[in-house]
Amino acid sequence: MEALTSRSAQVSRKPMSLAERLFLPAIFKGMGITFSHIFKKQPTIRYPEQRREFSPVFRGLHVLNRDEEGRERCTACGLCAVACPAEAITMEAAERLPGEEHLYREEKYAAVYEINMLRCIFCGLCEEACPKDAIYLSETFAPANYTRKGFIYGKDDMVIPNVKTDPEGFAKAKGSPRNN
Amino acid sequence: MTLLVLDWLLIIEKLVLIAIIVFASLGIALYTTFAERKVAAILQDRPGPERAGPFGLFQPFADGLKLIMKEEITPNSSNKTLFILGPGLAMTAALMTCAVIPWGASVQLFGRTIDLQIADVNIGILYIFGVVSLGVYGIMIGGWASNNKFSLMAALRGASQAISYELAMGIALIALLMTTGSLSLKTIVEQQMAPGHLWNIAYQPIGFLLFFICAMAECNRTPFDLPEAENELNFGYHQEYSSMKLGFYLFSEYVNMIMSSAVMASLYFGGYDIPFFNEALLPQNIAALVGVGALLIKIVIFIFIFMWIRWTIPRFRYDQLMNLGWKSLIPIALVNMLITGAWILAKL
Amino acid sequence: MNTTEILFFFLSALAIFSAIMVLISKNPIHSVLWLVGVFFAISGHYILLNAQFLAIVNMIVYAGAIMVLFLFVVMLMNLNAETEPQKNLWMKLAGVISGGCLLMVFVSLVRQATDLNAKKAMTTTGDIGLIKNLGKLLFNEYVVPFEITSVLFLSAMIGAIVIGKKE
Repeated sequence: MEALTSRSAQVSRKPMSLAERLFLPAIFKGMGITFSHIFKKQPTIRYPEQRREFSPVFRGLHVLNRDEEGRERCTACGLCAVACPAEAITMEAAERLPGEEHLYREEKYAAVYEINMLRCIFCGLCEEACPKDAIYLSETFAPANYTRKGFIYGKDDMVIPNVKTDPEGFAKAKGSPRNN
Repeated sequence: MTLLVLDWLLIIEKLVLIAIIVFASLGIALYTTFAERKVAAILQDRPGPERAGPFGLFQPFADGLKLIMKEEITPNSSNKTLFILGPGLAMTAALMTCAVIPWGASVQLFGRTIDLQIADVNIGILYIFGVVSLGVYGIMIGGWASNNKFSLMAALRGASQAISYELAMGIALIALLMTTGSLSLKTIVEQQMAPGHLWNIAYQPIGFLLFFICAMAECNRTPFDLPEAENELNFGYHQEYSSMKLGFYLFSEYVNMIMSSAVMASLYFGGYDIPFFNEALLPQNIAALVGVGALLIKIVIFIFIFMWIRWTIPRFRYDQLMNLGWKSLIPIALVNMLITGAWILAKL
Repeated sequence: MNTTEILFFFLSALAIFSAIMVLISKNPIHSVLWLVGVFFAISGHYILLNAQFLAIVNMIVYAGAIMVLFLFVVMLMNLNAETEPQKNLWMKLAGVISGGCLLMVFVSLVRQATDLNAKKAMTTTGDIGLIKNLGKLLFNEYVVPFEITSVLFLSAMIGAIVIGKKE
């Protein structure tokens, strides 16, 4: 059988010599190795102060997008829910009433849009399925919570702030991902 | 009333000394737990505890508070009195050792010469042995009184290990005592301080190695921590304990470690002797204090070595442990004793 | 009454109380632990007699080693209250009578021994129990019995190993 790694060595079963049976040389060698680790660099990232950079393709919490006029893009077509392999997405559609044109882009919109973050596997298939570019995976992850209910994210958790009314919030949500 | 004809000043002096030494050893033990975590972390490329206070220096207090605040659980079917007696005994035995260790030379205070040693008994070493052999009771009683078969097995493991290694320790020590000719720790330290006399490690290197290995076994330190092999042998004799009773057991291990480091420093490394330096050049009080500092530094080095070994070597299997004790250490110790005897005879 | 006497009576009371507790404890583990208490009291007596070496050796050998082995054995036995054999009344009576006879013999012996009556315990002054004197005595006057004892112990140890090895 071909070796899986180039560093594997054949197990030797020959009886130990006197020096080996004393164990002391081996112990001192081991102690030398552990001692050398005192001077090695610590790879620790001290979490709340320092944060690890996400990779640009990181798939984190979902964001429901708005268009450039601040209207919700989602039309509650349900393609994301169909695409979702974990069946984490549910939604209820509603019809846009007259006078709500500045809120929703199409005639139909999602009145309720929920993602269960405990079920979600952050595969990003919803993002790919969406014909309206309404759902995106951001570069944050779900914070801890005390209850399971807290992990069911609704629209108010996910819809990105309006560019026009709340430009600061929008900038923050869009974020420079490096700060997360 | 002849009862009151006592040297009350002496008693007060000794009481103060006892209080200082006991609290100092407890304080050092507190920080030894912190040092253990820190050393382990550094040897494994981690930062270790660093959140509580500057550099995490308040961590031991947080740990202690946690232990005290935890719920005290006494198993229903346990033997209540013995269940409480066990940790107390372990702690007492660990602390009692400090009585005969010479922590420094004498100081002049308020016109009195005060020896920095609680009791200079002429059989100091034997006293330490006696106390160490009593430490086994803490383990055995605790393990049995829990009424849990795993605790009992661990207690038996611990007791048989302690007894086995006490033997090799004793024989290794006999060789040293043959060269010193005294059982008093103070005399042994003063001999090593005398000019022209090297530290005993120079005369008894093998004896020291044996003593060190056995001390590790007596303190239940890795690689000999089978009585409390937490990750593979079901935690050990204090399995049923919680809260501060568990804390006493864990703490007594650290106190034991400090005491055995102090004993090894006194026996083999000159105690409060400062190497390459003549203490007589300094005023008496300063020399004594510097000597105490020297002893503390030696103790710290020993404790670091204990920890360094713990985070390097995996634990022995039980049969390997017994084989090492009975079939390797005791014969080597006996041969060492014979060689020492022959050497002394040749010198005569 | 000076300090030594107070200590003497305290230790004696402790020793006798512990010895009685050894006998009347139902639980064999408690008996063993009370016996350790007896050894402690006796060690205290040795210290009063200025025999520190004997005191410590008594503690190391008896309390530290032999009683631990006792505990070993007792802990590993399954000692429930039901399995304890019930001795009959006549056995108990016979035991009391023979024990009483033994006590009487001892008391009368001690009372009649004139050379014992004339001597007084040397508290804090005697030096026969110090390690130096003891060693000199053991290796000069009593060297033959001492060595014979060691051979006896060695043979006992070998015997134990032979029995333990089975094959």
